[in-house]
Amino acid sequence: MSQSTKTTLNDIVETIKKGGSTKYHEKNAEKGKLFVRERLQLLFDEGIEIEDAFFANCTSEGLPADGVVTGIGKINGQTVCVMANDSTVKAGSWGAKTVEKIIRIQETAEKLQVPLLYLVDSAGARITDQIEMFPGRRGAGRIFYNQVKLSGKVPQICLLFGPSAAGGAYIPAFCDIVVMVDGNASMYLGSPRMAEMVIGEKVTEEEMGGAKMHCSVSGCGDVLAKSEEEAIAFARRYLSYFPTNYQQKPTPVEAKDPASFEKTLADIIPANQNAPFNMYDLINRVVDEDSVCEIKKLFAPELITTLARINGQPVGIIANQPRVKGGVLFHDSADKAAKFITLCDAFHIPLLFLADIPGFMIGTKVEQAGIIRHGAKMISAMSEATVPKISVVVRKAYGAGLYAMAGPAFEPDCCLALPSAFIAVMGAEAAVNAVYANKINALEPNERGAFIAQKREEYNQDIDIYRLASEMIVDAIVAPNDLRAELTSRFAAYNSKQLTFTDRKHGVYPV
Amino acid sequence: MAELKASMAGNVWKVVVGEGETVTDGQDIVILESMKMEIPIAAEQSGSVKELKVNEGDFVNEGDVLAIIE
Repeated sequence: MSQSTKTTLNDIVETIKKGGSTKYHEKNAEKGKLFVRERLQLLFDEGIEIEDAFFANCTSEGLPADGVVTGIGKINGQTVCVMANDSTVKAGSWGAKTVEKIIRIQETAEKLQVPLLYLVDSAGARITDQIEMFPGRRGAGRIFYNQVKLSGKVPQICLLFGPSAAGGAYIPAFCDIVVMVDGNASMYLGSPRMAEMVIGEKVTEEEMGGAKMHCSVSGCGDVLAKSEEEAIAFARRYLSYFPTNYQQKPTPVEAKDPASFEKTLADIIPANQNAPFNMYDLINRVVDEDSVCEIKKLFAPELITTLARINGQPVGIIANQPRVKGGVLFHDSADKAAKFITLCDAFHIPLLFLADIPGFMIGTKVEQAGIIRHGAKMISAMSEATVPKISVVVRKAYGAGLYAMAGPAFEPDCCLALPSAFIAVMGAEAAVNAVYANKINALEPNERGAFIAQKREEYNQDIDIYRLASEMIVDAIVAPNDLRAELTSRFAAYNSKQLTFTDRKHGVYPV
Repeated sequence: MAELKASMAGNVWKVVVGEGETVTDGQDIVILESMKMEIPIAAEQSGSVKELKVNEGDFVNEGDVLAIIE
């Protein structure tokens, strides 16, 4: 190679690496946005190691890498693929080569069977290129098709740093998890400007599709990050719970004791079933210290879905939170559980259900919101999960609540009960009311109290947890302070579980 | 000024504070009784209770305003 071509190559490489013009870099910096190559530097152990189609559109003016970086690097020593929009180039919009690059890195991730991260910061399609990038076989539609095909084969993570509008909003939608940066990230099919033009609605960008809204109201976002650095750190941590692909199991880490607390688990569970209790207090006493990695913390918080580790082994926890809405399951919490269970099951992460649930919510509001089909979706996902599955009845598990939380009929590897467990179609108050309403009304008012108290007592004896253990409905009654040890040995024993749920094509999901 | 809303449908079991009282972020204002559970509804900001919109025993639906805090 002659000296002059070498210089030319270096010059071109340096120009492409700089991305778009200075004014766009400055504009991004004002919003707390990092340049795409800085993001990748933070994301990978040692920067991006392999980059393909770096020269895409290099003969056109002002389109370095055609506005997207695609390549391979390592996270926690594990090889991963990445696509990252460069919003300093035409606002990160998709031209024909942008789309082709994204499709190719998806194909690479599939061939190598490694996770794929989407670092999204894009204004959407380049209308001027629409014939080349929109409708055809390798148009943008193929990106979503590939995402669906990759789903459950390799982890797919979306870090949303800026807009993802219209069709682009489906990239996060098809990922396993979406991390949104507060203030900058947004998702919507139609922008506020478009909404005003087309349907006459006046709305702010935050209300329409901001990070807070999606992470707490719509459920399209899973994790709300304060900054890009925080979002990237989360992605690195999240991946440590996952195997590289569905054919492998997650790698355990060194076991840690739980954090230490003055009060033991036995001390914190209230005797009164109806009094609120903070389920995080239980989780923190059972899992390894600092191992909680919560998903959808702000969305439907009456149900907690979190990754954690028990004795170094990753587990996915689905736990009712009595402190919020009494721990009752709603349409949104059932939907949240279904996605989380599917995520864990796809990548061999064992499931732990912690039940303290009065049942599914009733009333017109939730019936109109379709609580029955959302509940069915959760029960369907939980039934199909073939990973080690442990159900723990912490306090009450009433009605369909018992079923949804992997009750005995749903093939958990075991159903454990704490001594405070209470399993029934409904609680004593409601049951006595339902069965004896006419009789109570017929009694003299001064006789009612004693009658009700007596019937409740009889009812509670009938569903006594030792009776359920005697009938072999629960597999064991465990002292609260022994729960972690019990879970540790059981998860270790169930590690070799091999189960195929079915050989059919697929069920007709109640989605 | 902030409206404190019911997080779910239920009956007002206890109104814990009085009008004009100073409250802090996270303090329970009203306790609902729903699905046989106590459902505490806490203030989402510190301030004083300008108005209580409900009485004990009232039925409230999800989203109904329970109190105004300013």
